[in-house]
Amino acid sequence: MSEHSGDTGHVVPVSTYVLVFLALMAGTALTTGVAYIDLGRWNTVVALTIAVTKMMLVVLFFMHVKYATGLTRIVILAGFFWLGIMITLTCSDELTRVWEINSAGWGGIIPFLLHLF
Amino acid sequence: MAAHGADKHPPGFAHQFEDMAQQKEASTLGMWAFLVTEILFFGGMFTAYTIYRELHFESFVTGSHLLEVKFGATNTYVLICSSLTMALAIRSAQTGKRKGQIIFWLILTMILGALFLGLKLRFEWYRDYVDGIVPGISWAYNGPHAPGVQMFMCFYFFMTGVHALHMVAGLGILTVLVIMTARNKFSPEYYAPLEISGLYWHFVDIVWIFLFALLYLIGGRY
Amino acid sequence: MSTATVDIHDHPAESRVNYLNANYGIKSWLLTTDHKRIGLLYLGTITFMFLIGGTAAALMRLNLVEPQGALLEPETYNKMFSTHGIVMVFFFLVPSIPATLGNFLIPMMIGARDVAFPKLNLMSWYLFITGCAFALVAILSGGVDTGWTFYPPYSSLYSHTPVVIMALGVFIAGFSSILTGLNFVVTIHKMRAPGMTWFRLPLFIWALYATSLIFILGTPVIAITLFLLGLERLLHVGIFDPAIGGDPLLFQHLFWFYSHPAVYIMILPSMGVVSELITAFSRKKIFGYSFVAFSSLAIAVISFIVWGHHMFVTGQSIYAGLVFSVLSFLVAIPSAVKVFNWTATLYKGSISYQAPMLYALGFIGLFTMGGLTGLFLASLATDVHLNGTYFVVAHFHYIMVGGALMGYLGGIHFWWPKITGRLYPDMWARVAAVIVFVGFNLTFFPQFIVGYLGMPRRYAVYPAEFQVLNVMSSAGASVLAVGYIIPLVYLTWSMRYGPEAGRNPWGAAGLEWTTPSPPPTENFEVPPIVTEDAYNYPIKQPRDYPNAPGVARV
Repeated sequence: MSEHSGDTGHVVPVSTYVLVFLALMAGTALTTGVAYIDLGRWNTVVALTIAVTKMMLVVLFFMHVKYATGLTRIVILAGFFWLGIMITLTCSDELTRVWEINSAGWGGIIPFLLHLF
Repeated sequence: MAAHGADKHPPGFAHQFEDMAQQKEASTLGMWAFLVTEILFFGGMFTAYTIYRELHFESFVTGSHLLEVKFGATNTYVLICSSLTMALAIRSAQTGKRKGQIIFWLILTMILGALFLGLKLRFEWYRDYVDGIVPGISWAYNGPHAPGVQMFMCFYFFMTGVHALHMVAGLGILTVLVIMTARNKFSPEYYAPLEISGLYWHFVDIVWIFLFALLYLIGGRY
Repeated sequence: MSTATVDIHDHPAESRVNYLNANYGIKSWLLTTDHKRIGLLYLGTITFMFLIGGTAAALMRLNLVEPQGALLEPETYNKMFSTHGIVMVFFFLVPSIPATLGNFLIPMMIGARDVAFPKLNLMSWYLFITGCAFALVAILSGGVDTGWTFYPPYSSLYSHTPVVIMALGVFIAGFSSILTGLNFVVTIHKMRAPGMTWFRLPLFIWALYATSLIFILGTPVIAITLFLLGLERLLHVGIFDPAIGGDPLLFQHLFWFYSHPAVYIMILPSMGVVSELITAFSRKKIFGYSFVAFSSLAIAVISFIVWGHHMFVTGQSIYAGLVFSVLSFLVAIPSAVKVFNWTATLYKGSISYQAPMLYALGFIGLFTMGGLTGLFLASLATDVHLNGTYFVVAHFHYIMVGGALMGYLGGIHFWWPKITGRLYPDMWARVAAVIVFVGFNLTFFPQFIVGYLGMPRRYAVYPAEFQVLNVMSSAGASVLAVGYIIPLVYLTWSMRYGPEAGRNPWGAAGLEWTTPSPPPTENFEVPPIVTEDAYNYPIKQPRDYPNAPGVARV
């Protein structure tokens, strides 16, 4: 551990902050506006895409992750990955309950697949 | 271990560390680890939400239409502004500005945070209470999909409620930061408490970004 | 280990300043930020909670000597097993090694002065005792009868017991453990001494690091789950309520997402202790260091993807059951790696049988049995028969008590001289260890049999044909209780009357053994610089206590 009292935090220009801010505001306007257009099942996809983009802007610039160490990035990714595990494996039960009485064994696969789609 | 005035460490240095760089790295890592716990904490509710939205989509659409997009959107704008002001507060400390400037941005952040809570309480939750769509407290809904709508409203209040609690905690943290700044604790060499509080504040903003999209905009408004 | 030369002929402990006598008075303890004192504060608290959980168990076993219940009404019995489970899991086992030995040893083993966030560490303890207080209030108000698993809709709609208070106690204690885990992760990442690279760390540190990852990733989920349960109970409506489309199984998913990794929180630190004990008492470096290190991480990661094996018979989809069953078999692999590597370490070692080693050897045998019986439960078809029976109870007690608790006792004994500066009487300790081993097997082995034969768990009464095995189990429990009480006596005795320990009474490798016993507040007289791997037997630093292993008897 070298001895230096100053910190080496990267200073982000004000202009960057303002640009990110404007992008976030635009994204909010966009997602609100798109909600009033009928895109069927794509409404959800668009809304989530915009939300994730806004999140990335906040994380990278406001939370300085663009200038952060690899350890920070691994920590963040791990958090989201674990959330993904929780959602995925819970869905693997909650969304696959098919209780039709039918022939045993592999015959049960077909109603399950049909149920999903 | 006396005569600290003579050593190289600035005020705010904690002696379990070797130097300020190590201290800053440790506090940043610590806050990120804490935010990971918050991802999983809110994540439990997001998981439940995902399941029920999939299983009861029409009810969730009906319930979502009970919410007013204009308030959700306004609150989103408010929080985004507060993230900007928070980032500017930290930047002021980082670049050695006068403490008055740092406090200015911090107080502006607090005002925006309080505005968020005020709008929510007065124009959303209070009105929901009057309209009888608060599960367990004031429930008089007799429109379509009543059980599923009640489920949706449970999610709405639980998720925005826990979020609001985090906002209140954030206001408390900001108050402490204002006091610390007024007492000249911060400098370009030592501003980690501001930085890590900023991480927390931005995280709470991100949660709201997703809550807005998932609670207010389900199934479109066409 | 250290490049500095230190005088091994210590001054007598009383005339040397150490962390115990540096400050006096209750305020110096209640406001301490010294990780070693905080470890002792936890030690006292969890010992107290262990006695409470143990009393509940004693009452249960007393009741079960007769098929119609000898002592308790069924409603009271339900409160007993719930109290026993909640207290033992959340207020004893989860904090046990991390908060006591972890707090005490981690900074010392990595060569640091303290943890990364000492004040947060103290706050963790205060949160923990607040959680304990809420739990005690709930117990004194009659106790909950939901089981430690709090399943709705019984816990949310039908139980007339202080569920919210108890859940609040668990919530607060959980928050305490999150902060402890966070503190440990940052400490291990950022505060290692110069030269202490990751692969020179003692395996105890790897185990606690993996445990801390589970604290951080898993505990928040049970926090929100209990919070949601509390809301549902208070509002009489909520997201687990079938009346509005809710699914009680969703609670189970969220609950077990934490509670399965929690069982690895309870066993991993013990495995870390065993790695230290096996190497010290075979005077040999661990066989396959990196395999053991990575196996801790693998256990932590895989532990998060197997939770559905607790729900095979509760209504989970068969497809999810298949997935969770296969994944559950996976988690046995890193555990087996550890057992093989410990055994290989013993081979051609210079083995001695002091009490800590007896506990470690007991751990290996009993954990293996517990782990193997888990395979029957991970397999879908056999689990249908065995779930909800005493087979499950025996399985997890072999791991939690035969494994985790014995590792904890072994660790307490091993590091006792470092913590207190005193030696305990090892003869008594060995007798107690044997009594624990015998009592344990007598208590829990019959439960495998009686469970296989169909006796359900969580029942106050049972069919008469199971009585002999139940009486055997209850008799074993009383032997086990004696085995636990004996160390309480001689360890307390040793604090005042035990002979002084030197720096390294066991002649063990590790930075913690290079510093005086008890250590000074800042841990090291000279900040260490590390130049060698862990377990580099034979170590250069001489043993400095005449009754160290291989010499005479105590």
